[in-house]
Amino acid sequence: METVFYTLQWIAVPLLSPGVLGLIRKIKAYMQGRRGASIVQPYRDLAKLFKKDEVVSPDNSWIFSAAPYIVFGTTLALAGSVPLVAAFPFAPTGDILIFVYLLAAGTFFLALAGMDTGGGFGGFGSSREMMIAALSEGGLILALVAASFLAGANNLAIMPDALSAIPLSELLPLFLAAGAFFISLLSENARYPVDNPATHLELTMVHEAMILEYSGPKLALMEWAASNKLLIFIAVFVNIFFPWGLASSLAPAALSLALGIFLLKACAAAFAIAFIESTMAKFRIFRVPDLLFTSFVLSAIAILLIVL
Amino acid sequence: MPRSAFVARDKEFEILGERLRETVFSSLKGSLAIREVAAGSSNAEELELTALGNAYYDIERFGIRFVASPRHADALFVSGPVSRNMAEPLRRTYEATPDPKIVVAIGDGAIDGGIFKGSYAIAGGVKDVIPVDIEIPGDPPSPQAVITAMLTVAERLGQKRESTNT
Amino acid sequence: MIDFLTQFGFFTTFACFLGGAAIALAYGAWGADHESWILSHFFALSGCVVGLLFAGTVLFSSGPLSVHLPITLGIGPDILTFHIDNLAAFFLAAISVVGIAASLFGIGYGKHFLGTYRLGGFGFFYNVFLASMVVVVTAGNGFLFLLAWEAMAIASYFLVIFERREAKNISAGMLYLLISQLGAGFLFAAFLILFRYTGSWDFEAIRLGAAGIPLIAQNIILALALIGFSSKAGVIPLHIWLPEAHPAAPSHVSALMSGVMIKTAIFMLIRFFIDFFPGAGLSWGLIIIALAAVSCLLGVLYALSEHDIKRLLAFHSVENIGIILLGLGASISFFSLGYNVLATLALVAALYHTINHALFKALLFLSAGSVVAATRTRNMEEYGGLIKIMPYTAFFFLIGAIAISGLPPFNGFVSEWMTFQSLFAGIMMLPVIAKIVFLIGASSLAFTGGLAAACFVKAFGAIFLARPRHEHRGAHESSFLGLVGMGLLALLCAVFGIAAGAIAPVVARVAESLSIIPIEIPAAPLQALGGTSIAMPSVALVAMIGIALTGAVVWIVAGRRKIVVSRTWDCGAPLTPRMEITATGFSRSIIMVFRGLLRPSVQTDVEFHDSQTRYFTKRKEVQLSLTDMYYAYLYRPAITLVEHSSRHARRIQTGNLSTYLLYMFLTTITLLFWALR
Repeated sequence: METVFYTLQWIAVPLLSPGVLGLIRKIKAYMQGRRGASIVQPYRDLAKLFKKDEVVSPDNSWIFSAAPYIVFGTTLALAGSVPLVAAFPFAPTGDILIFVYLLAAGTFFLALAGMDTGGGFGGFGSSREMMIAALSEGGLILALVAASFLAGANNLAIMPDALSAIPLSELLPLFLAAGAFFISLLSENARYPVDNPATHLELTMVHEAMILEYSGPKLALMEWAASNKLLIFIAVFVNIFFPWGLASSLAPAALSLALGIFLLKACAAAFAIAFIESTMAKFRIFRVPDLLFTSFVLSAIAILLIVL
Repeated sequence: MPRSAFVARDKEFEILGERLRETVFSSLKGSLAIREVAAGSSNAEELELTALGNAYYDIERFGIRFVASPRHADALFVSGPVSRNMAEPLRRTYEATPDPKIVVAIGDGAIDGGIFKGSYAIAGGVKDVIPVDIEIPGDPPSPQAVITAMLTVAERLGQKRESTNT
Repeated sequence: MIDFLTQFGFFTTFACFLGGAAIALAYGAWGADHESWILSHFFALSGCVVGLLFAGTVLFSSGPLSVHLPITLGIGPDILTFHIDNLAAFFLAAISVVGIAASLFGIGYGKHFLGTYRLGGFGFFYNVFLASMVVVVTAGNGFLFLLAWEAMAIASYFLVIFERREAKNISAGMLYLLISQLGAGFLFAAFLILFRYTGSWDFEAIRLGAAGIPLIAQNIILALALIGFSSKAGVIPLHIWLPEAHPAAPSHVSALMSGVMIKTAIFMLIRFFIDFFPGAGLSWGLIIIALAAVSCLLGVLYALSEHDIKRLLAFHSVENIGIILLGLGASISFFSLGYNVLATLALVAALYHTINHALFKALLFLSAGSVVAATRTRNMEEYGGLIKIMPYTAFFFLIGAIAISGLPPFNGFVSEWMTFQSLFAGIMMLPVIAKIVFLIGASSLAFTGGLAAACFVKAFGAIFLARPRHEHRGAHESSFLGLVGMGLLALLCAVFGIAAGAIAPVVARVAESLSIIPIEIPAAPLQALGGTSIAMPSVALVAMIGIALTGAVVWIVAGRRKIVVSRTWDCGAPLTPRMEITATGFSRSIIMVFRGLLRPSVQTDVEFHDSQTRYFTKRKEVQLSLTDMYYAYLYRPAITLVEHSSRHARRIQTGNLSTYLLYMFLTTITLLFWALR
């Protein structure tokens, strides 16, 4: 049964993630008074990219060719272990530190690929990405640790059940940690105010700069992996920090209800992200560490509130 | 979906846009990525292309978007008479774009030099530097002209895709 | 075979080392430098192989052994006692594994010293170094231990200054020797005080008598030991010799020094704090954690600012020693409060990270050594594109980089995971002050992991990827034996990561032989809060399946796409190697974020085409350097203080004979009064 579930999640996350991205773009368009591309536009873009040829530079090495597979593969590996609609007992990649460090492995190879291009853009994109990733890890790890202290377990698949049993009056640390995690979500996924995913100016790019050199199927993998990562972060955010609404049994009715609730929560998170993107300006790069340290301090306060 | 604040004001543009959406959907599976190259232009054409993305025209609805790198692009929209210094970069941009691709010379200057035709400072029109598939006259062309030309772009690129797929 | 090993394995190891040392000198004196090099390394290799087998025998079949040689050496009857318990066997295994890889690498490495330096002395000191490290971990009494400690320092000093044509190496060696002797002074004091209270040098006797030592003396001993061993381990602020000495030594010696020599200090710290004085006190654990947290963070920040590849790796050693000490400090804290299971877990974390760091740091130093030998420069700004010339070395460096960044499924992740779990458990369970210190430790570890990954993206990218920044004339792949050594370490990194579930219980068994307090071995060492555990093989499998599946899907969907080779997208401008990001530029953003801590300074040199108008630059050079905080705030004031007080004290030396006679007279009178009192 668990293997079936696991496989279904491996299929569901890549299937849904371009849709979430399309939803965020649609909401942004509406807030700008336009109608914007349809929600399924990212699917069409990916499909087109898979059919295009590739242009590869002779300066690139096997790292450049292998990185898209590694980056996408790690997001798949995590897809099975984040709670989407139900918590099932054992997910080998569900430990919170494995979650953080597998994502870090993907970022590692993405940054290497950015450096492999030999052009200036990839290099400084990697530099900024590693700075942001290194500084956001503190807040990310401590936020998840705060949630695990409250839940008494540190496997992502088990935590929602334990967390939903806690009365609301004791959940202040969880919400502080949720704020810290949300800041990490924005910084790890190249959203405002840390990075602009739709910019054309190379000097303002972080994530885009590293994939500037990719084309064809590899570009499709990189962009798809980025949206997978976004969906995984959103799933952790809405299901760990707002843990109500997960199915407690594997009956189809409960599962479909949980799926509906999850989609609703994901839409709310997408709306929050799009709202921030439409109302805030992107930070200067050297103001971003202040934001990331704020995330760290929030989660440290959450932990202290729990244990003191 | 709740109603957006968007109100379609330009009826003629909307009709063209509807046709463009259908063409992009049928020929290109609904996705077209454009990279603009300013090869010594006055930027009037760039302003028009940027304006196509604003809330009034909103070209994104039709599945068309502008990308930052030629590696990501399907179509190159080149504007301006190609100045001597931009000839080589333009060639490199063309080589950096993966197949199937299509080149559009937008604006009078790009077609054959426009008011700078014959000048010592330019290398000629875009077709003297890289192969051009479609030309859009005008200095700058109006959004309607651009959209009409994009219909041809979509069809032509769709044909190229068919031929490379078989 | 096992009986032979149990009986004679220890002696065979020494025989190999001493034989290697003798042969090195003999052949060197004869002028046969190359043979001397190869043979001495071969003997060292065999000594390490036997050592590894012997350590395995002790760990898995025979249990703790004691060896007593009745040779008096003119000092005392019990001077040559060796006691090899599980902890010693564990460290012996670490020394042997790294020694095997380093010796294999070294055999092929000697070629570029031929003709420039005489190689006889190198082989001698190399074998003496290895032998002294073995004695350090197996010594059964304090006197032998101190002898071996000094021998280790002096042998490594001669190895550090081996390339003595460069003045920098000599000064690096001097600094190393100075700090080493300073630390040894503290250790001598600690052992002398122990001798005074327990009446014996023997470790067994010390273990039994330690409980009777008054508390103040205990704390003094522990403080002296901590300072002495921290200076050898490279804990901030006593680390200043590390980034000078490790780069100066030949690469396989650097691998040994960074991989195992500094771990011997950790070994003795465990002996002192957990074995001799098991109830050492919560405050010691917290002090160690605080020191470790600072070491981690500052070590990795200083590493980020380096563009000399070997200095970068040396600073990472400082960082990883910090991580090991986090686990050790947690263990001491848990022991002092009676949480034995958690204490064992934390100790296992520290020991596992010790062996992991030995493995991947040695791997990194060996591959960096190949790169340095191939390009004849240590400056990372001149590398680039080497992956096309040295693909295997690049691959092994990548494995080392992934391991040291703590990314699953390699070994660095497992030990960092265990350290994290101990720190989290401490945050939950210990008293308030401890909670806060443990939280600081956990935060430091969290940031360190990310910063280390950033540093190795920079290192690997600047060295191996993209285009060469400088012409590499004559660069070539490493020697075959070097690749074998590196491959062995890389394989072990993978094995220690994926098979962690099987290896951790073995490491836990090491803790069995320690201390009087009974240790409870947890059933599943990879267990975390709430009883869930991680299974590294599943993680590795899942990741592999993910990547393979991606590949398969792309192959199916994209089919046969054309791949055209064309130049990098450069916005049409001519792309020169100078446009690639430099190592300095890569880390500049992080340095600027931490500028309050690091005090960076940027120096720009500009040369103009026309010095009158100063409009068009011809050449520009930017140097980013950090203020050496320890030198400015710790060492320089100390040096100034010593100089000042010496200058004042000089006044008693008047040069006048009558004054000296007066001093002697006054001293005699005072002593007479004192004696008759």
